[in-house]
Amino acid sequence: MNNTLRAFATAAAVAGSALLSQGAMAAETIKVGILHSLSGTMAISETTLKDVMLMLIDEQNKKGGLLGKKLEPVVVDPASNWPLFAEKARELISKQKVAAVFGCWTSVSRKSVLPVFEELNGLLFYPVQYEGEESQRNVFYTGAAPNQQAIPAVDYLMKEESVKRWVLAGTDYVYPRTTNKILEAYLKSKGVKAEDIMINYTPFGHADWQTIVASIKKFGSAGKKTAVVSTINGDANVPFYKELGNQGIKATDIPVVAFSVGEEELAGVDTKPLVGHLAAWNYFMSVDKPVNKEFIKKWHAFIKNPKRVTNDPMEAHFIGFNMWIEAVKKAGTTDPNAVIESIVGVSVPNLSGGYSTMMPNHHITKPVLIGEVKADGQFNTVWETPGLVVGDEWSDYLPGSKDLIADWRAPMSCGNFNAATGKCGGKGKGS
Amino acid sequence: MSLLPRVVLLIGLAFAVLSPARIEAAPVDEAFSGFASAGYDTIEKAIETLAASGHPTAEAVLNALEGGNLFVREADGAIVYKTKDGKVLDARTDAPIAGNAAESLKPVRVNNRIRRAVKAALGSLTLLNPRTESRRVAAEAVFKGRDPTALPHLEAALAKEKDAGVRRVMEQARAAALLGTDAPEAAKLAAIEVIAGRGDLEARALLASLGRDVPPAVAKAAAAAVAAIDGRLAVWNTAQSVYYGISLGSVLLLAAIGLAITFGVMGVINMAHGEMVMLGAYTTFVVQETIRKTAPELFDYSLAIAVPLAFLVAAAVGILIERTVIRFLYGRPLETLLATWGLSLVLQQGVRSIFGPTNREVGTPAWMSGAFELGGLTLTYNRLTIIVFAVVVLALLMLITRFTPFGLRMRAVTQNRQMAASMGIRTPWLDSLTFGLGSGIAGIAGVALSQIDNVSPNLGQSYIIDSFMVVVFGGVGNLWGTLVAALTLGVANKLLEPFAGAVLGKILILVFIILFIQKRPRGLFALKGRAVES
Repeated sequence: MNNTLRAFATAAAVAGSALLSQGAMAAETIKVGILHSLSGTMAISETTLKDVMLMLIDEQNKKGGLLGKKLEPVVVDPASNWPLFAEKARELISKQKVAAVFGCWTSVSRKSVLPVFEELNGLLFYPVQYEGEESQRNVFYTGAAPNQQAIPAVDYLMKEESVKRWVLAGTDYVYPRTTNKILEAYLKSKGVKAEDIMINYTPFGHADWQTIVASIKKFGSAGKKTAVVSTINGDANVPFYKELGNQGIKATDIPVVAFSVGEEELAGVDTKPLVGHLAAWNYFMSVDKPVNKEFIKKWHAFIKNPKRVTNDPMEAHFIGFNMWIEAVKKAGTTDPNAVIESIVGVSVPNLSGGYSTMMPNHHITKPVLIGEVKADGQFNTVWETPGLVVGDEWSDYLPGSKDLIADWRAPMSCGNFNAATGKCGGKGKGS
Repeated sequence: MSLLPRVVLLIGLAFAVLSPARIEAAPVDEAFSGFASAGYDTIEKAIETLAASGHPTAEAVLNALEGGNLFVREADGAIVYKTKDGKVLDARTDAPIAGNAAESLKPVRVNNRIRRAVKAALGSLTLLNPRTESRRVAAEAVFKGRDPTALPHLEAALAKEKDAGVRRVMEQARAAALLGTDAPEAAKLAAIEVIAGRGDLEARALLASLGRDVPPAVAKAAAAAVAAIDGRLAVWNTAQSVYYGISLGSVLLLAAIGLAITFGVMGVINMAHGEMVMLGAYTTFVVQETIRKTAPELFDYSLAIAVPLAFLVAAAVGILIERTVIRFLYGRPLETLLATWGLSLVLQQGVRSIFGPTNREVGTPAWMSGAFELGGLTLTYNRLTIIVFAVVVLALLMLITRFTPFGLRMRAVTQNRQMAASMGIRTPWLDSLTFGLGSGIAGIAGVALSQIDNVSPNLGQSYIIDSFMVVVFGGVGNLWGTLVAALTLGVANKLLEPFAGAVLGKILILVFIILFIQKRPRGLFALKGRAVES
């Protein structure tokens, strides 16, 4: 009796205050932070994501906004400067009081803002494929974890191309290093010998690929089918592919499967010599589904350029933004704690014709597509996973993390629960 | 001749034409329905069946499949293909398909495996092509395919082949195919010898793949052949590394040579030098876009057109910068450094606003694409062109400074400004022109770099450090020093890279330069005399 009464009173109070606040803030807006570099080295990739966020917010406002209020984008420019990402994140949350932040591209920028989001209890939607080994209460990873990109790609090459020898080539930083560590362990678990794996790292923006391409060619002449798994980042890709083309390495001889090369990166390359090289993503612009066609149409209308392409991180923002909208509607408030609770389990349409769901580990379910480069710079999907793949934050193939799981639902609410010891705060090798 | 025998003859002819087709009908039917499958295994099988059947449309269909022009009509599963002039034909009969049927066409699924199978199949079908080059390509494809079923085709083609080069490839292809059969040991040993004669990586790959399921004598011969190829290639590898080093050196030279003027000769620490290179690359992009729109036939000359334009654009921007900013800062190196660094950011963001943040596609003219083999070396045309270009630019620059009145005045001003001024040289104007020359040359370098690197607003940034490194290492104010420094650093880098890896290689080079500068602060070729001391 007492309990019911108290519950009733609380409900009334909440309803009352909600009414009051709605009355008081009718003219107010819900602010959405956009934290993408618009200048500096990363502007090449991140500017597009800023634009797609503006488009999504604009569209939501045309649909009547959120909780009866209009959304207001707050765009800041962290200028490809990692410490500045943290400063700008702080500014967005504590000064601008944004309800959620969509942003970051490189892993180092994400690592730089993590403590800020934790401290100020903000929400970050991170749209880029990354190395995993992380799960944070305040962060939602809408890009692919390694098991949603790298592992299926390797499986495809093993099965379809009967690849026996592997070159793992990457730029020298945390994403390629961790991904390659996972891949190396995975390949070895599949019986690939150490002598059949060649690992190669290059500095950022590496432009002279002659030696490396020649050594790949040599590595590939051992009589076993060879493939290159490329985690080469952004700017270094164009010279790499140019050198491959010039030295006459065709996809039918030594295919290259890339995890950081999408439609946007290919826009600056003459793709004719690259036909048949592969990429693994969760979305391609060429996906032939009505929902994708509509998205592309809207994008072209918004950006006023019918030649602009769409890519995987754009889809990730599309999914992340809609998940946030749904979660806020479900919670009835933009309060981060309420949204963190309500967003788990939310399902929204993705652009490849299915639905993506937010999992308790703050990663989402996605299909994995393997595509081959076509002469027009688009991808031809040659294979896709039969169902959706759940993002696995702690890799099962690394000794330090295979016992760890993340579950942010009460009562566990832990990002690195060690299933072997039964304790939260197990040893995470978050690099 | 009466009518009757003629009719009989016609009927006989008709039978002669029809009967083989009727015998093949079943497997070919299966092949065609196989193309509609979603599984690559079935499609691969269909290709093999079709190629072996000798069906009249086989070559056209396989060609269409390779080009992505083979389709399944969704309505009834019929296989059709599109010709180059846009006609849609039935793949089995070559009968034209009515226009609106093209709507519901689904391309036959293709991936690398299918493309490989098509290449090998087409290879054995085109071995008798009248064009020598086509026959060579076909023979190479069969060599890679190693398909024993191609043997009769190869024998037939070899019997007719007259071109010695193509003959050799065909013999190698026959040897490769033979290794996959259960031919006698002696024949296989001979085949290994033929393949070993190729001496390249393809041959090595084939021989190394023989593995354990061959007679021991054959395996031994293959292993010996692989070892011989490896030994030969090891020698060539060093030569190849040196060539790569020269190629990298030529890129460094091009990037640094403009800086050798603005920093080396004038002493301006120009952090915006890389952006001049970028402007040159963007000029190339604009030139190519204009050519693509107005006169596509000129595309092969686009770089030649872009070189003078890039020089003018970069030189103009350089002179503007000198007039508006740098001339107020002579003798104040720290302020110059900061101001030019700020300018570099302004230029980058300016280009980003005009052309967008994404990479721009600069095409490679046909004559600069591809590679050729020289002994065991693979030389790519674009790198070779850049080496030649760098040498020409350096030579021109030397001629200008040594033998023209402008060069004479330039040297006079840099050696003794007061004296030159009192001899009637307008030193401020000369400073502008010199800065313009250095910037213009950076612009030219941009044209060359657009062929091997990204054309993006960040292009210049990646070369600025290397450029300063080369100029400082070579000795400030000395063009010969710049040349020697660029080549030394390039070759050293490339010789280190195979052992140390790209990252460590670069670090080692930097450490080396730091140590070197400690010992010889003025670089390799130091200028001497009083002018330097002051």
